[in-house]
Amino acid sequence: MKIVVLVKQVPDTETKVQVKPGETAISTDGVTYVINPYDEFAIEEALRIKEAKGGEVTLISLGWDKAAEALRTGLAMGADKAVHLNDPAFLGGDAHATAVALAKAVKKMECDLLLCGKQGIDYDNHQVGVRVAELLGVPHVAVVTKLELQDGKAVAHREIEGGSEVVEVPLPAVITCQKGLNEPRYASLKGIMQAKKKPLAAQKPADIDASAGEVGKAGAKLEVVSMSMPPDRPAGRIVPGEPEDAAKEVVKLLRNEAKVI
Amino acid sequence: MSGIWVFAELRDGKIIKVVNEMLNAGKGISAKLGENVAAVLLGSGVESLAKDLAGMGAKTVYLADDAKLKAYTPDAYAKVVVDLVKQHQPSVLLFGNSAVGKDLAPTVAAKLGVGLASDCTGVEVNDQKKLVFTRPVYSAKAVIKVFCRDNPQMATIRPNVLPPGELDAGASPEVAKAPVALSDSDIRTIVRDVVKSAGGKIELTEANVIVAGGRGMKGPDEFKIIEELANVLGAAVGASRAAVDAGWRDHHDQVGQTGKVVNPSLYIACGISGSIQHLAGMKTSKVIVAVNKDPEAPIFKVANYGIVGDLFKVVPIMTREFKSMLAQ
Ligand SMILES: Cc1cc2nc3c(=O)[nH]c(=O)nc-3n(C[C@H](O)[C@H](O)[C@H](O)COP(=O)(O)OP(=O)(O)OC[C@H]3O[C@@H](n4cnc5c(N)ncnc54)[C@H](O)[C@@H]3O)c2cc1C
Repeated sequence: MKIVVLVKQVPDTETKVQVKPGETAISTDGVTYVINPYDEFAIEEALRIKEAKGGEVTLISLGWDKAAEALRTGLAMGADKAVHLNDPAFLGGDAHATAVALAKAVKKMECDLLLCGKQGIDYDNHQVGVRVAELLGVPHVAVVTKLELQDGKAVAHREIEGGSEVVEVPLPAVITCQKGLNEPRYASLKGIMQAKKKPLAAQKPADIDASAGEVGKAGAKLEVVSMSMPPDRPAGRIVPGEPEDAAKEVVKLLRNEAKVI
Repeated sequence: MSGIWVFAELRDGKIIKVVNEMLNAGKGISAKLGENVAAVLLGSGVESLAKDLAGMGAKTVYLADDAKLKAYTPDAYAKVVVDLVKQHQPSVLLFGNSAVGKDLAPTVAAKLGVGLASDCTGVEVNDQKKLVFTRPVYSAKAVIKVFCRDNPQMATIRPNVLPPGELDAGASPEVAKAPVALSDSDIRTIVRDVVKSAGGKIELTEANVIVAGGRGMKGPDEFKIIEELANVLGAAVGASRAAVDAGWRDHHDQVGQTGKVVNPSLYIACGISGSIQHLAGMKTSKVIVAVNKDPEAPIFKVANYGIVGDLFKVVPIMTREFKSMLAQ
């Protein structure tokens, strides 16, 4: 089974976000980057399937030079090889442009199953996996917490409001992964040593038959007008007193001042 | 190109709340763009709901009624919606940011080759008569404004953020029946089963009031005091990841970055420290109350009202007080 996993490098959630006036992206100064946590579930699931059924796991990431670190981490976890869409032309895109590039890269590979995170925790678009499936002409199941492969098909549990759906799709298919699917492993020291020797190919638009105009910022269908810090919440107030008095007072304030009850 | 379309998502045969919120926003957009508001209704045996949609402001309801649309599948639903869009060329197409909306909207956008603004918390019309959408990014630590280059301008809208409209019980829509040409081979995704989690709860993402508990709850049984407060307030119960990871609550209750993004009028956080990842899910709540025994807990930085104290004392008193207030 040939499994492809989409991997994105994102700022660690604990990172302090700073936006310089007039900019439409956050400042990269002092930011630590990690593999998108949902993509870790995707990598882990791919490795478990490979361990159970045999096969090969290929990672693809679109991103600046530094994104190669995320791919090395995935290789150290146990993936076999990686492709890095690394060219200025790929950068600054929206979910559409990113999906176009990733789908073109996947078309160049053998792929029986494609796994990715349900969303990136940077832009929270929750679009890329679904769009890649459409562009490849294969079905998808999104927000999956359990996955079983049977011959030629996948049975996936997908999270919905108030419960879950059990959905069956023929392979190849795209599965977007949610917390609960598995517990991602850490890369072992041995894995980290081995990862250095595993193939990590940098690719340009021409390598995936993309024109510079259809990927990255030029290919985006959304335009960012502005980025800013959200307004601070008005300073709250600690209501003093013993539990009895404080609780009574807050209940009154919620009705008379905040008017939410 | 004309028309502001809202996808009329149903859950258990009922129109979900955010549809009214979107149609109400649609009325404002309609006045500025000079285009009509319409709803797109898909399902099986659902025609009677068209009137409700008219009451929410839809002048036209595009209705696709077919046994193959009984359960949501991205294959069937996207095909019907895309066919309708190609035929009528709306300039705007909005979905709720629900499990279905988050699945269907990008599928439709990809088929049409257009942009999509996800999980938007605001929409305005600019001087060029383009819709400008506001959306939180980086765990709500920054906000961006975006517009779509092409039509239809597509977005998913976060529930509970845009104000709902008054219902007009007398309104009746023009119903445009859409032909449904679906064959079995069009539907590759098959829903085998729907497993409901423990029954009848209010959906967190749509709740007006949420009472949430964290690690400070100490155990699963102690959540009873949270449930009691929630009952009195008609609220949904939420939990921090720590409470979920400990196995005290189901993952469906988790609020935060890896859980649900919620937007109630009132969020009462009990024994929750207020980590960045938890805040990412609830920071846009209109009023936040925090009960925590640690005066340094970061939750107090976002709380409108804080009580420093033992939640096992404070919460039951709040329950009692609300009960007598609401009984009056
Ligand atoms: C990638 C990633 C994603 C994450 N996603 C989420 C997410 O979606 N949602 C989420 O919530 N977290 C998430 N987390 C975890 C998050 O970082 C915190 O660990 C978690 O939110 C802590 O939960 P808590 O506030 O309940 O527990 P704690 O931080 O342990 O806080 C417990 C609080 O209870 C108070 N307390 C204890 N006893 C009492 C009492 N008797 N009376 C009053 N107060 C009391 C304490 O003072 C303390 O402030 C994520 C973390 C990572 C790394």
